[in-house]
Amino acid sequence: MESNRGRSTGSAGTAFSRRWVLGAGASALLTTGLSACGSGEGSGGGGDTITAFVYGDDAVKVQAAAVTRFNRSAASKTAKGKVKLEKIPGSDYLPKLRTAMGSPSAPDVFFNWGGGSIKAYQEADKIVDLTDVIENDPVLKNGFLPSVLAAGDLKGRHYGIPMRGMQPVILFYNKTVFAEQKLQPPTTWDQLLDINTKLKKAGITPFALGGSDLWPELMWLEYLVDRIGGPEVFRRIQDGDAEGWGDPAVLKAAEMVKELVDDGAFGSKFTSVSYVNGGAPAVFAKGKAAMHLMGSWEYSTQLGKFPDFAKSNLGWAAFPKIEDGVGDVRNVVGNPTNYWSINPRTQNRDAAIAFLKDCASEAYAKDLVALGDVPTTSNAAALLSSAPNPEYARFQYDLVQQAPAFTLSWDQALGDELGTKMHTEIGKLFTGKSAPSEFVSACKGLK
Amino acid sequence: MSSTVTSGGERVQRGKVRAGRPGAVWALPAVLFFTFFAVVPMALAFYLSFTKWDGLGDPKPVGLANWQKLLDDPRLTQSLTLTVLLTAASWAFQTVVALLLGVWAAGRQRNRAVLSAIFFVPFLLSSTAISVLFYALLDPNFGIIQKDTLGSSSGAFLAIVFVGGWQFIPFHTLIYQGGARQIPPVLYQAAAIDGAGRYRQFFSITLPQLRHTITTSTVLIVVGSLTYFETVLILTKGGPGTDTAILPYLMYEAGFKTYDFGYASAIASALVLAATGLSLILIRLTGFGGMRSTREGM
Repeated sequence: MESNRGRSTGSAGTAFSRRWVLGAGASALLTTGLSACGSGEGSGGGGDTITAFVYGDDAVKVQAAAVTRFNRSAASKTAKGKVKLEKIPGSDYLPKLRTAMGSPSAPDVFFNWGGGSIKAYQEADKIVDLTDVIENDPVLKNGFLPSVLAAGDLKGRHYGIPMRGMQPVILFYNKTVFAEQKLQPPTTWDQLLDINTKLKKAGITPFALGGSDLWPELMWLEYLVDRIGGPEVFRRIQDGDAEGWGDPAVLKAAEMVKELVDDGAFGSKFTSVSYVNGGAPAVFAKGKAAMHLMGSWEYSTQLGKFPDFAKSNLGWAAFPKIEDGVGDVRNVVGNPTNYWSINPRTQNRDAAIAFLKDCASEAYAKDLVALGDVPTTSNAAALLSSAPNPEYARFQYDLVQQAPAFTLSWDQALGDELGTKMHTEIGKLFTGKSAPSEFVSACKGLK
Repeated sequence: MSSTVTSGGERVQRGKVRAGRPGAVWALPAVLFFTFFAVVPMALAFYLSFTKWDGLGDPKPVGLANWQKLLDDPRLTQSLTLTVLLTAASWAFQTVVALLLGVWAAGRQRNRAVLSAIFFVPFLLSSTAISVLFYALLDPNFGIIQKDTLGSSSGAFLAIVFVGGWQFIPFHTLIYQGGARQIPPVLYQAAAIDGAGRYRQFFSITLPQLRHTITTSTVLIVVGSLTYFETVLILTKGGPGTDTAILPYLMYEAGFKTYDFGYASAIASALVLAATGLSLILIRLTGFGGMRSTREGM
C-alpha cells in the first residue's frame, strides 16, 4: 500500500507541469479573478511547513488558535513540521480548493463537509483514508461523537477529522413578535399554518428566507421530506438512485413548499433576499419576519450583527411534526460538522496527523464553545455551561444527541455537480417557474 | 545587368521602408504577452473542450461529447436568447446615452470639461465594486428601491443592463467626445450659412461623421456584452431561476460549480468563436476595415 502510494506520487510528479498548465488555462479562460494558486508554499515545495486550507469566516479564529498552539507544541517538534493556515473567503472556497488540488500548490490539509463533498477527491486519490489512523489512535478514536465521525464517511471509511461545531438546522423565532401576537412556537404543521395566518393578518411576514442563495430554500425541503417520509427517502437518493426523487414524500413536500410560497409565508420579495450578505438575518432581527429556518450558525450571525436581538429576543425550536408524516420529529437535518482531510501528496504526513489530533483536545473544544459553537467532541457536554448562551448550547447539543437520524445537507451529500443542478431546480420551484410535479421529474433526470 | 540594378533598387526601397517603420521586434513584448495570456489559454481551453476533466485527475479525451452536450442542452437556447437580448439592450442603452453625452461634452466650455471628468468616474471603479454597490441599493428591504427588483425576471434583466450601462457609458462617452471633436468646424459653419438648425446639423453632419466611432464603440459593446459576467454573478447569480443565466454565467457554473471543465471549455470556445465572428461581421458590414477617411471632401 505504502509503496503504491509512493509510486503514484512519483507519476503525479511528472504530470505536474501538464496539469498545472491545464489548470492555469482553465482558470484563465474563466475570468473570475480566482487565482489558481494560493501560496507558493505547497506540498510540492517540500520543507517542513505544511499548508492547511480553511473556510475563512468568523469561526476561523478557532483554527488559527489551534495552529499557533500546535506550532509551539512538542508534537510539532517530534513531527518536524509546522502548519501554515490559509484562510480563503467562503464564497471562493470550493473553486479555489478544487483548482489548487490540481496544481503543485495543493494544500496538505484541507477543510471540507465530508460525504459527497469529498467524493471526487476520494475517486481521484487526493484524500487520505484515515480509518486505520483513527482506529489505532485512542485520542482520535475516543475523541469525537461516533455518529458525527461517521456522518462524514464515504462507503464506511473515514476521510476526515471533525473540526467545527455541529450545525443542525433550527427553527428560530423572534420572541418579541411572538409575545406581541400572543403566539407559541409551533410543534405541529397545523399550528405553523395557524401562526402564519395570524402573522399575515398583523402585517408581518411569517418567515425570513434568503432565497437568492438557494441553499436556505433547500432547508425547507430537507425537513419536509424527512418529516413526511423519514430519512430513508433521501438516503436512497444519496446512494445514487435518482428514482428516489419519485417518492411520494418528495412530491408532497414540493406541494407544501408551493402552498407556503403562494400563501405569502416568505413574503413577496424573498427571491432577491440573500442570507450571505446579511439581508435575511436583518429582516428577521428587525421584526419584519417572525421566524427563520436556518443552521445553528444563525445565533453567531445575529450575535455579530444584532447582538441585542441575539441576547434577548432570539428564540429557537425544533422543526414541527407533520401530522400524517412517518418521520420521527426528533430527526435533524443540516451539517453534522466540518472536517479536516489530508492530501496524500503531503511531504509530512506525521505533522498533518499530529495537527489533526489537536481538534480532539479540550483547548480546541473550549475555543469552539467560546465562539457559541457546540463541539462534536466527546468532552463537549461538560463544557457547555461556559458557552456564551448555555441554554442555546444545551438545546443544540440535546437536539443532535437525541436525534435518531441526522441527514447531511442534500447539496453536500450529493456533491458539487448534482448539488448545483438541484439548487437550480429548487430555485425554480420556489419562484413558481416549475410546478411540484415538474420539480420531481426534473430532479429524477439529474445526472 | 539591368536586373541587378532593379534588384539593387528594390533592396534600397525595402531598406527605406524598414527605416520608416518600426521593426517587428517592437511588437515582440505585446506578441509574447498576447501569446502567453490569450492564445495559449485559448488553445488549452479548446483542447479541454474535447476532454472530460473535473480539475483533479487527468483530462480524459471524450471526442465531441461536450460539443454534442452543448447542442443538446436546453439551457443553451435560453442562454443564447438572453445573451442576444442583453447585447441588444446594452447596445441601445449605451449607444444612445453615450453618443448624446459625448457630442455634448465635445464642446470646449469649461463646465463641460469638469462634468466630463465626473461622468468618467464610474468607469474607474471595478465591476465587482459597482455590482456590490448596486446589490445593496437594490436590496428589497433596506435599499433605495424597496421592490423585488432582482427577484423578478424583467427587473433582474433591466438591472443588469442598467448597471452595465452605468459602468461603461462613460468610456463610450469619451470615445464619442473624441470623435465629435475631430469633426471640422467648417462643416458646421457652412451648414449654418445654408440655414441648417441644430437638429439638422446633428443628423446631417455629426452622425455621419461619427460613423467609424459608432462602429468602434459598437464592436466594443457587443463583444463586451458577450463576456459580461461579474455583474450577473453578484447581482442575480443567473436567477431568478435561470432567467438571467447568460452564456458566460453558464460557463462559470459548468466550470466552477459543477467542475465539468470540459463542458465549460466547450462553452468558452463557442463564445470565442461567436465573438470573433460577430466583430468580423460588424467590421465588414460597416466598411470599417477599409480604413477610408470619414472626412469626405476634405
